[in-house]
Amino acid sequence: MQRKSLDVWVGLFIVIGVAALMFLALKAGNNSSFSLAKTYEITAKFDNIGSLRPQAAVKASGVVVGRVAEIAFDDKSYKAAVTLEMDSTYKFPKDSSAKILTSGLLGEQYIGIEAGGDEKNLAAGDKIARTQSAAVLEDLINQFIYSKAAEGKDSN
Amino acid sequence: MIGRRLLAGLGNTVRDYVESLGYATRTFFTMLGLSGGLLRRPRLIVEQLHFIGNYSLLIITLSGLFVGMVLGLQGYYTLNKYGASESLGLLVALGLTRELGPVITALLFAGRAGTSLTAEIGLMKAGEQLSAMEMMAVNPIQRVLAPRFWAGVVAVPLLASIFSAVGIFGGYLVGVKLIGVDAGAFWSQMQSGVDLWKDVFNGFVKSVVFGIAITFIALYQGYEARPTPRSVVISSLMIWWLDFMLTALMFSR
Repeated sequence: MQRKSLDVWVGLFIVIGVAALMFLALKAGNNSSFSLAKTYEITAKFDNIGSLRPQAAVKASGVVVGRVAEIAFDDKSYKAAVTLEMDSTYKFPKDSSAKILTSGLLGEQYIGIEAGGDEKNLAAGDKIARTQSAAVLEDLINQFIYSKAAEGKDSN
Repeated sequence: MIGRRLLAGLGNTVRDYVESLGYATRTFFTMLGLSGGLLRRPRLIVEQLHFIGNYSLLIITLSGLFVGMVLGLQGYYTLNKYGASESLGLLVALGLTRELGPVITALLFAGRAGTSLTAEIGLMKAGEQLSAMEMMAVNPIQRVLAPRFWAGVVAVPLLASIFSAVGIFGGYLVGVKLIGVDAGAFWSQMQSGVDLWKDVFNGFVKSVVFGIAITFIALYQGYEARPTPRSVVISSLMIWWLDFMLTALMFSR
């Protein structure tokens, strides 16, 4: 009798512990780096990727359609070569364009894809030709200062 | 003359230290080697699991709840200054799964279960029960240390998970129910920001490492019949050092 109740209490402890672990894994965390969904890889070259990181989202119309798999520097074209892992349920035309965007004013950077009009779709290993680099804050400020300076000259 | 005595004292301390470190390591591996026999008597582990796991459950749950609630209050205070109070869920969950869950659980475990292990085995040693076992050809390392060790290794990760889960619930109570952060944003920001492998799994690995370290330190200190407070001090310092090393390895990228 004594043994039985001890077993029950220990069993209860294990169950609560495992339940807590499942809660952390399923409710609190996301398993984005561990998805079994089929993907296809495409590449895109950017002049400047800003602070884009691997695992950043790839979005079309604000919906996540893939992730950034790898970022490397291509010393032939002197551009950043970004490999995108696209969810294979989503297809995009061959002449789609990719932009590096920022969520919010200081938020994380992600890649936005705008669909083109080509009849053929992007397949594994294809390259996105039309890209737009990240907006670098310093460049924006410089542009702003120059345009202000130019305005000042005009008014004199 | 004084210089020479100082030098000899230093040498003696270092030699003692290395010697006890080597002895502890040997005991550790002896214990691991003798653990195979436990598979035939799992009841020994279950009994110890009840003794150190279930009895620590209450203090872990309550501490987790309060740590989560305090994290909710303090986090809201800072985040609200930047208009980012919706990130409260993310802050609470990341803080708990990565650091606070494993570390505070380990410290509480060292205080609650570690001390009782040290005292229990120290008493067995002082009462010569361990020697009596050896006389009866029962290896005390196998019969006394090993079941307690494995029970501790199983219990600490489970307790740490409970701590983190209850802490997130505490943060939810304060953040959403009391302060009025939007519940949807609380959970969705948490889910998009907490990674299963990088955060939850690494936190789990930390708690396993802490479990191994604290339980063995407590057992060894008892086996050598050293004072209980010493066991807590060594365990706590070990936890901080291990935590720093693991954090540097896991999250530095």
